[in-house]
Amino acid sequence: MNALYALAYIILAPLIGGLLVGMDRRITARMQGRVGPPLLQPFYDVLKLFEKEKVVVTRSQNFYILCYLVFMVFTGALFFAGGDILLVVFALTLAHIFLILGAYAANSPYSYIGAERELIQVMAFEPMIILTTVGLYMATKSFYVTDIAATATPLVAYLPGIFLGLAYVLTIKLRKSPFDLSTSHHAHQELVKGVTTEFSSSTLGRIEITHWYETVLLLGIIYLFVGSSSPAGIAIGIAAVLFIYLLEIFVDNNYPRVKWQMLMNTSWTIAVILGLLNLGALYYIAGVQ
Amino acid sequence: MDMSLIFLVLFPLAAALALLLVPQNSIRKIIVYASALAIAAASIYLLVTVGSAPAYFEIHAELVNNVMFYIEMGIALYILYISVKFRNYLTLLLIVLQSLLAIDYELAYAGSAVAERAMFVDQFSVIMALIIGVVGSLICVYSLGYMKDFHEHHKEVKDRRREFFFTMFAFIAAMFGLVFSNSLMWLYFFWEITTICSFLLIAYTQTHEARNNAFTALWMNLLGGLAFIGAIWYLGYSGQPIAELDKLIGSDKAIALLPAVLISFAGLTKAAQMPFSGWLLGAMIAPTPVSALLHSSTMVKAGVYVIIRLAPVLQDTFSGLMIALIGGFTFLLASAMAISQSNAKRVLAYSTVANLGLVVACGGLGTYEAVWAGILLIIFHAISKALLFLAVGTVEHRIQSRDIEDMGGLIIRMPKVAVMMLIGMAGMFLAPFGMLISKWATLRAFIDASPAISPILVAIIAFGSAVTIFFWTKWMGKIIAVTYLHKMVEDKVSGEEWIALTSLAALTVGICVLFGNVSSMLIEPYIMETYKGLGQSISILSQDSTMIMLIMMGMIFLLPLSMLYYRLPRRHLSPYMGGRTTTANMRFAGSAGMQRDLALRNYYLESYFGERRLFRPGVILCIGLIALMLAGVVTGVGI
Repeated sequence: MNALYALAYIILAPLIGGLLVGMDRRITARMQGRVGPPLLQPFYDVLKLFEKEKVVVTRSQNFYILCYLVFMVFTGALFFAGGDILLVVFALTLAHIFLILGAYAANSPYSYIGAERELIQVMAFEPMIILTTVGLYMATKSFYVTDIAATATPLVAYLPGIFLGLAYVLTIKLRKSPFDLSTSHHAHQELVKGVTTEFSSSTLGRIEITHWYETVLLLGIIYLFVGSSSPAGIAIGIAAVLFIYLLEIFVDNNYPRVKWQMLMNTSWTIAVILGLLNLGALYYIAGVQ
Repeated sequence: MDMSLIFLVLFPLAAALALLLVPQNSIRKIIVYASALAIAAASIYLLVTVGSAPAYFEIHAELVNNVMFYIEMGIALYILYISVKFRNYLTLLLIVLQSLLAIDYELAYAGSAVAERAMFVDQFSVIMALIIGVVGSLICVYSLGYMKDFHEHHKEVKDRRREFFFTMFAFIAAMFGLVFSNSLMWLYFFWEITTICSFLLIAYTQTHEARNNAFTALWMNLLGGLAFIGAIWYLGYSGQPIAELDKLIGSDKAIALLPAVLISFAGLTKAAQMPFSGWLLGAMIAPTPVSALLHSSTMVKAGVYVIIRLAPVLQDTFSGLMIALIGGFTFLLASAMAISQSNAKRVLAYSTVANLGLVVACGGLGTYEAVWAGILLIIFHAISKALLFLAVGTVEHRIQSRDIEDMGGLIIRMPKVAVMMLIGMAGMFLAPFGMLISKWATLRAFIDASPAISPILVAIIAFGSAVTIFFWTKWMGKIIAVTYLHKMVEDKVSGEEWIALTSLAALTVGICVLFGNVSSMLIEPYIMETYKGLGQSISILSQDSTMIMLIMMGMIFLLPLSMLYYRLPRRHLSPYMGGRTTTANMRFAGSAGMQRDLALRNYYLESYFGERRLFRPGVILCIGLIALMLAGVVTGVGI
């Protein structure tokens, strides 16, 4: 494991994540025929949040958000240090549970329903991400991110189904429409701000920073599919990841929010069909060899 | 060494008899405390003295065998009597068949195959003994406080605490006997004792419903018992000189598979796997310590214990794979149905059935990795689940409800118990706690198990974990929701309950920190002994993964320190209510000037995970798998 990469993640991820969000907002604006904010607007927003008065609905709520941030950073660091990908997935779940618990703790109608919906989102996302780790293991015979990233051919060649399935549920974690049921970057008609309704000032800033950390981590997982070990492979990988992020922005702007039933049905169906077929094929090939 | 085994079987029995005779509460208290301490100490002594190889003990006592046989017949007569009295012809039929087989075996074959080495102890037995001795004793201590409260709350129920404590301790004796028995006949004997103890304790309140549920549990377990004695009878009938567990495991698969599958079938009934999961749900009517002791941490573990023991025989057989699938689908469906339940004990029961399913799946696969994971599951589950049951029992007596929807704001009303419940729940599904470590090991074992069914088992874990997260987290959320104007009601919790709850909470955390040692001291030597020729190193979770888990554990315990900062006074705002005027206790102006209370309820997703939708398909599926399992062994396919 490489502690240097972990350190680089801890320092750089919020910068990269913030820039990505800034870029996102400009591209979104252009798609909607607006000029959009400056590229650094997300950073201005978060800095402003830290200047605001600290008010709470209940005092314990901010504790859960601190845990959310700390465990998200830990998860990402573990990933970029080249650690066990299963452990990364489990730690990611733990981080999310803290966000949900924070929303429950506030005991407010909007954040409560937001928390329930966030749980449905976790439930929709979880099977696919676990199948992903198993697929990566089947393709490389290792659970370690270091070994997985050292592949000579991009793993999407062995894992097309799992890659598509993961790309589908990625929208959930990036909090993009049509799957931004629990909270959203855009004005949310029926749930106000969902999970984050009762958070304000520096705590809301922390949630935003956590989101940046998470975005970089998720793109890192996507990279495992499209990148390979040669310098050209790395460049292609990064370009492919950015392209996929662009696609997410495109989807975000073109599809209206769906109901949770639709989210569950499609995510699970895709996980079963694409994920399981792909895994079955890998087992079959391994059996033949 | 052999003295400590005999002590562990006979001492709880002696305590049980004493408790049956003593009517005074104060003396009962002393006996329970003293025997719990002695039992726990003796099981820890066993841990210290256990050798690296299994130790067998020859017991030449015709007398013991005879006494056991007569007790068995006595129990059979009792079951016969109650079956006739309550007109339950199914149990009647099963007990008659069972007794006929037992008598026929005694008359025709018992002489030709004598179990000379009747008792044994190895690392796996020690693990089970520690669960029974430590967790079981704590539950018995808890019962002192709980049952007192129980009878204050339920005046209509006749106070039969003497019988209650007698049955609890007799049960503990039987469990010790079960895990130390090498003789199949002895194993069967203790197996039947646990069945009857369970029956008596479920029927404790003697209401119509309790008795019905007790009979359901009885017939399902008797069916298992019938399969068990069938296995022994078959060994005699086919002329095999096998009367001991180690001989059965060590013999050729062509001979051992049929009896092993029959005993595993008995294991499936006792571990409440589908289609037999119904009895465990019904058993929740029993007082909560019973649910904790029999129906989550020990008796149902006897079912998975035999399957894990027989894993080397089941490995690489068609029937073994079917058992693995039964366990796997039970895990998935029971976890899913837990989402649709709001009764706390039912949620715990479904989760128990689910986790036992995982252990069964591990045993059915029978690879060394799977067995390692299965034993880990047994340990972690026993502790966390006992803690959760006891916490729910305590909460129920204070808030007069076991409905999760009534547990809103528990963190305000019963802060210490709520924190212990949170630890127990985290122990069930979150990194870096126990059950997640075991699930992780299970997933690894499933991936490498068998190309034929690995993808299915992996998918089962993936989806099962997802639904598990859902039902635990929404419960956690209910508990930590900070409500207003609730009073603290924790001060009336009895001392006995505190002792059990805090010890179990400490154990839940402690075992996660020490799991590396548990694995290297107890589980790995057992695996090395059972699967000879594995080589030196079988560490399944690597050193650095274990380190990372410990770091996470450290963080989990350091982060609450931030509460010192967050506790400081802040300006409070009321939750956003869409602009409605809202009072401090969250009453708001509804339509037409009505004052309404704010009420928040969880999602139960009935249309997806309701019992009505999932139970029947699950039962049909698992009956089909059982049929395949039996067909596989009868036709000899895939041995």
